[in-house]
Amino acid sequence: MADLENIGNAVIEGNVDTVKELTNKALEDGQEPLSIIKDGLIGGMNVVGKRFKAGDMFVPEVLMAAKAMKSGMEIVKPLLTEGDMPSAGKIMIGTVSGDLHDIGKNLVGMMVESAGLELINLGVDISAEEFAEEVKKHKPDVLGMSALLTTTMLEMKNTIEVLEEQGLRDNIKIIVGGAPVTQDFADEIGADGWAADAASAKDLAIELIGK
Amino acid sequence: MINLNKNNFNRRWEDYRKFTVIIIMIIIGELINSTRDVIKEKIEEKDAEYIKKIAREQVECGANYVDVNSGAFVWDEVDYLIWLVETVQEVVDVPLTLDSPNPEALKKAAEIHKGIPMINSITAEKERYDEIMPILKEYKSDVIALCISDDGMPDSVDDRLKIAEKLIDSFEKEDIDLDRVYLDPLVKPISVNGEFGYQVLDTIQKISEWNTGIHMTCGLSNISYGLPKRSLLNQAFLIMAMERGLDSAIIDPTDKDMIKLIKAAEVLLNKDPYGKNYLKAVRAGELD
Repeated sequence: MADLENIGNAVIEGNVDTVKELTNKALEDGQEPLSIIKDGLIGGMNVVGKRFKAGDMFVPEVLMAAKAMKSGMEIVKPLLTEGDMPSAGKIMIGTVSGDLHDIGKNLVGMMVESAGLELINLGVDISAEEFAEEVKKHKPDVLGMSALLTTTMLEMKNTIEVLEEQGLRDNIKIIVGGAPVTQDFADEIGADGWAADAASAKDLAIELIGK
Repeated sequence: MINLNKNNFNRRWEDYRKFTVIIIMIIIGELINSTRDVIKEKIEEKDAEYIKKIAREQVECGANYVDVNSGAFVWDEVDYLIWLVETVQEVVDVPLTLDSPNPEALKKAAEIHKGIPMINSITAEKERYDEIMPILKEYKSDVIALCISDDGMPDSVDDRLKIAEKLIDSFEKEDIDLDRVYLDPLVKPISVNGEFGYQVLDTIQKISEWNTGIHMTCGLSNISYGLPKRSLLNQAFLIMAMERGLDSAIIDPTDKDMIKLIKAAEVLLNKDPYGKNYLKAVRAGELD
């Protein structure tokens, strides 16, 4: 277990080289690829998420840690056969129609991916119809929508309505975020949740998937 | 170096010299923004005294414009924006910066604004441009033009220059005096990408070199998002941007350290000949 903990620590430090080195070493020592991922790489990233939320770690450190985690994943993942890796859930994200502001949304993407969720990042300026189509295609557990403008916020409501019309609403949890978006607004438009920042959004997504 | 339009500058100078604080940079006070929790609460309570106090403080600290934003109220944005304009104009004489992406809110607020307002903001996104341009024309307002186009947020200096060129061309065609336009190159957080600082600085320099008379401003505090001790980063970035040609900024003017640094930078960049304002501020004890 000790070397897995060290892998986790190297992830927390954002040290790509050490993560690679320790991951290779753990494999040589006969560690299970799956436990390297769960207890080492994602374990480290979970600590990062907690510290970020508590204000002890900051965005560039989270980015470095995510990069380090990915470098370990790239080594281990090819060794897994499909189905080995139990999916922690699938989340789809995008900014709504007319909104091009994607920095916050991308942070959310990085956070959920680092927590082991499967991420489908649709990008920016996604219309209600496009969301519906992609939901139909990928069947995510959670749909995360982001808007930074007061003029585009209502697109979230519109998207939820379109999902309802197409009978897609009941199968997914919907979370919303962005600077002007509040819990009240989320409640009003019938979303399942709202989060203030990327780490909280990740926790919320995991919580909703667990329900 | 940017070609500061002297007439415009003198007009502002006359308007605002009744306050001891004189800043040559054109300062847009950002505090009355409903995405800040305390302001949102006070707007909701219609606490006019609090809003007036924040407005007055910003002007006393050197704000040339006072930004008002009610965007956190998605259903009542228009009503609250009108209330903010009326409330703030009871106590300050400087023009207000009407801050909304919503043309209806901008139009109604501009209609009741006394004097010439500033619109925050127009972009190169076709729909937004087409909706907001008539408001600029009708109210002859000043405007902040944000470097965003239908292709998305700019990712490089070139992206920004292309959008800026398009905006400047359009403004010239529409007969909008560029001296009324404040171009914001779109500041993104340095925490996300280490190049985001340089992208803005290089853009400011290039556009300043075009010598079109357009102002360069920026929503400065975006640069420090995701990092601790944000005001330190904001201050350092502002000074760097001033050296490249930034002549306006959207900031918290009650940040005394920031204002002191601006005054020092103005002397160093020869924007304050003979250090006249600087010395005045020293004698008034403002730089202690």
